[in-house]
Amino acid sequence: MKTPTRMDKARTPVAVDPPAITIDTLTVRYGDVLALQSVDMILQQGRICGLIGVNGSGKSTLFKSIMGLVTPSSGTVKLFGNSPRFSRKNNLLTYVPQSEDVDWTFPVSVHDVVMMGRYGHLGPMRRPHAEDRDAVEYALDRVGLTELAGRQIGELSGGQRKRAFVARGIAQQAKLMLLDEPFAGVDRTSEATMTGLLQQLRGEGKTILISTHDLAGIPKFCDEALLLHQRVLAHGNPEDVLTTDNLARAFGEGAGSGPA
Amino acid sequence: MDLLNWLAEPMLYGFMTRALIVTVAAALVCSILSCWLILMGWSLMGDAVSHAVLPGVALAYILGLPFSIGAFVFGAGAVALIGVVRSTTKLKSDTVIGVVFTALFAAGLAIISKTPSQTDLGHILFGNVLGVTDGEFRQVLVLGAITLAALLFKRHDLTLYAFDRTHAHALGINTKWLSTLLLGLLALTVVVALQAVGIILVVAMLITPGATAFLLTRRFPVMLGAAAGISVLTAVIGIYASYYWDMSTGASVVLAQSGVFVLAYLLAPRSGMLSQWRIRRAAGRRTTEVRTAA
Repeated sequence: MKTPTRMDKARTPVAVDPPAITIDTLTVRYGDVLALQSVDMILQQGRICGLIGVNGSGKSTLFKSIMGLVTPSSGTVKLFGNSPRFSRKNNLLTYVPQSEDVDWTFPVSVHDVVMMGRYGHLGPMRRPHAEDRDAVEYALDRVGLTELAGRQIGELSGGQRKRAFVARGIAQQAKLMLLDEPFAGVDRTSEATMTGLLQQLRGEGKTILISTHDLAGIPKFCDEALLLHQRVLAHGNPEDVLTTDNLARAFGEGAGSGPA
Repeated sequence: MDLLNWLAEPMLYGFMTRALIVTVAAALVCSILSCWLILMGWSLMGDAVSHAVLPGVALAYILGLPFSIGAFVFGAGAVALIGVVRSTTKLKSDTVIGVVFTALFAAGLAIISKTPSQTDLGHILFGNVLGVTDGEFRQVLVLGAITLAALLFKRHDLTLYAFDRTHAHALGINTKWLSTLLLGLLALTVVVALQAVGIILVVAMLITPGATAFLLTRRFPVMLGAAAGISVLTAVIGIYASYYWDMSTGASVVLAQSGVFVLAYLLAPRSGMLSQWRIRRAAGRRTTEVRTAA
């Protein structure tokens, strides 16, 4: 469909793991609005990348592009060397939504939500087997929600809610986790629990892309940071990315002074 | 024995037995679908589709086709039209829905007013469950069974879609197909139910049972069961009320459903007004105690 890029031919060794995310000159428009402009990005497997940008900087569009929810004007997205569709069909990809995008009154239990992560492994009627129940038990245990599995999802605290969605991704056995603002409305202790959990998952080979406003937290648990403002302003070690100059460019004047 | 006689008497008439079966079948299908509709915020879609089938029913009568074909074509057509207008303008959903369904409803009224001898507007608008023909009876049962089977077969995917459609997509589930399926089933359900209660009161059967069940539970399977149980019970109550008090069947069923909703609103275990009041009073007493202690 698209013309092959130079990289396809240059990378000969087969044994090398392909990057979890490879984005090549991605441009996305909504009507007249330019949401992403010529974004290039490579995220190797087993790394945590913090995605930083103001509201409207294209973070959500970047997530949607990775999931294949928007059609790019130009450019390509590859996940694990393959199409996003391949990742979706093979349970490689999981998404932890922002709090405001979730209906917390929905009549599902924590256990139900985590089981939803197994649907891609199940038959058309989604009838779980013993191994699926085991996977859900394991995931709940990993995030420390075993005791609360029977609760309705809205009866959890902010941090517990986020962990329930991470558990869904663990049960799914996804290799790439996208987290959209997981620390918004979450207290410091819960945030520390979550970053500890993410680091463990990284240690097991998971790749994590996480959008956050907590600039101070990024160097503590992220291997790299990406500063987005329609274009990629900077991408690399958190220390190199989170400079006063870069932050001023990303957040406008007077906003580079520290965490929100 | 008196009660048994009381219950058995209407069923001595074939048309009453048939009315009961049709109403229960329609109420059952509507109630199951209503659980997803209210969770997805699609109640207005039910309103739109039920009104939009009017020209289809009128044309079917004129052309001598089964009413269900005309109704389904226009119900599905309305959904498609709403989808097209919404995706090609910047208008909000409720606006588009309002424009489309009133236009189709008016078209139906216009068609019927030009062909007064062929169709009875009152029967389409308010149902004619006591005059169900053999053909209509079979249509309702077959379509109802198909709709119910499809809903239950895909229930987990529909719930995931209602809860988190982004994740459904990330799991490789075809979400466009799922929403098309649900809207198609909505059109079918309206077809099934309009015989029993007419196209105006279908809306109630598509919203009230799910809303009532939502107040009663925090478990989706329980919600499905509660909605089904409530609507079957209220369908039976409605049929008997219409027999003994000579009331419109559709109105009786919907009034019974509304009555159960009011009971749930007042008495539901956690979200009901009574328990809310108890919780507030208990909390108030605790603060008073704290104040007295201090």
